Amino acid sequence: MLLSPKTEQKIVQAFLYFFTSIAVLVLLFILVVILKNGLPQLSLEFLTKNPADMGREGGILSTIVATIFLTFIALLVATPLGVGTAIYLTEYTIESRLTRIIRFGAECLAGIPSIIFGLFGFILFVNKLKFGWSILSGGLTLAFMVLPTIIRTSEEAIKSVPQAYRLVSFSLGSTRWQAITRVVLPSAVPGIVTGIILSIGRSIGETAAVIFTAGSALRMPSSLFSSSRTMAVHFYILAKEGVSMPKAYGTAAVLVIAILIINIMTYYLMEKYIKRKS
Amino acid sequence: MKEIAIQVRNFSHYYGSHQSLKNLNFDVYRHEILGIIGPAKSGKSTFLACLNRLNDLLPGSRVEGQILVDGQDIYGPEVDVVALRRKIGMVFATPVPLPMSIYENVVYGVRLLGKNNRKELDQIVEDSLEKAGLWNEVKDRLQTSALKLSGGQQQRLCIARILALKPEYILLDEPTSGLDPISTMKIEDSLRMLKKDYTIILVTNNTKQAARVADRTAFFLMGELVEIDDTRVIFTRPSDKRTEGYLEGKFG
Repeated sequence: MLLSPKTEQKIVQAFLYFFTSIAVLVLLFILVVILKNGLPQLSLEFLTKNPADMGREGGILSTIVATIFLTFIALLVATPLGVGTAIYLTEYTIESRLTRIIRFGAECLAGIPSIIFGLFGFILFVNKLKFGWSILSGGLTLAFMVLPTIIRTSEEAIKSVPQAYRLVSFSLGSTRWQAITRVVLPSAVPGIVTGIILSIGRSIGETAAVIFTAGSALRMPSSLFSSSRTMAVHFYILAKEGVSMPKAYGTAAVLVIAILIINIMTYYLMEKYIKRKS
Repeated sequence: MKEIAIQVRNFSHYYGSHQSLKNLNFDVYRHEILGIIGPAKSGKSTFLACLNRLNDLLPGSRVEGQILVDGQDIYGPEVDVVALRRKIGMVFATPVPLPMSIYENVVYGVRLLGKNNRKELDQIVEDSLEKAGLWNEVKDRLQTSALKLSGGQQQRLCIARILALKPEYILLDEPTSGLDPISTMKIEDSLRMLKKDYTIILVTNNTKQAARVADRTAFFLMGELVEIDDTRVIFTRPSDKRTEGYLEGKFG
């Protein structure tokens, strides 16, 4: 049976609308559950006090600090490595078997479950390099976990910069490096930043890779070598060990809100950056 | 006798196994506008790219023979390609303003040399835009994005950007192909002014443009130089049948 184009159009539209609403509803459902259970827990005290009695009492300050440090170290290491790799792959090599192998490798790295990264970090950083369960071990492990994302998004961003910009830059007497730093990278910034944001999100929310490498100590971290517990790990332990469901939801709410704020802020800054450029 | 600026000697260019320029031999005089005409794929643009070695960037590009600019073989081993490109400016078919302000576009090449003195740069911006015939239109909005200019203004900005580097040669690759007649006229006016100080090679698909502005004209066909002579001679009594055919619109 052939449908008239109009009916067909309506049916397709209805289906697509349905699929889209499911995606949005799931997101809303998660937000509502987390915020409904978590928001009542939130208070200034919750944010500014360290956990007490295994997390049953007090706040989550030390886990917030640990999360920030870990994420910061991860990006500090992964951004130059990732953007550097992307520049090398796009600007300094012609497409060959080698670049395809490098790219394939990076993609495989992206598909490895995070708990395997945890194991790798445990063996290399915690044991072999003797960093112990520490912010440093955790941060480095996270760096390698998000590296493929940063490489991939940076590569796409750099590739999308018009070839003509490079030609113009060369024709005005620039070296390759000058063309990259003065024209290509500034134009690619929005795309690169998107990759970094995705990575921040993944770092903040990661548990498996972190629990093996940064440990789960509740003390306020005092150095790069302190064992410490991130918000996500704190949530996992509170919920799994049945320590305190209310505190677990409170932690989850802070996590979700933090990610939301980071996203909104970045989009705002990007918008401003793009406006200034054009 | 006119002074010879560029000597092309037995010059060939290949993309992989395809020969795109075939054994070219001719001279370019100082302070002339040399027009290069010919149908698509005749090697005109490739020749320009060879002159400031932008062809180096294309995979599979290879040359034979010599191009001497001011007596120096630009494919010689001791040539500083970056300095060569500063000396030989290139304007592309589509105007490509870099995504920055008008001011920064003009001083882009100058800043690459490490010059950052504000006063000096201001002067360079004014002089270059003046020479390119754009100063009066943009002097009040130098800090706005160059992407907001019209196509014709963008192309004159591209010329100004080259003039800022005080080059000796200007190569133009169909600079008015995307522009309206009035913008085209303005650019042609600028070129006539510029030839006092610069040697200009103008590749154009528009034979009338060559007739209007070029002192001499070369006709390229399938990578060969068919003939080169005074523009008036080429357009009134060309010595080769193929030139005549092209100019009469029989092909191309």
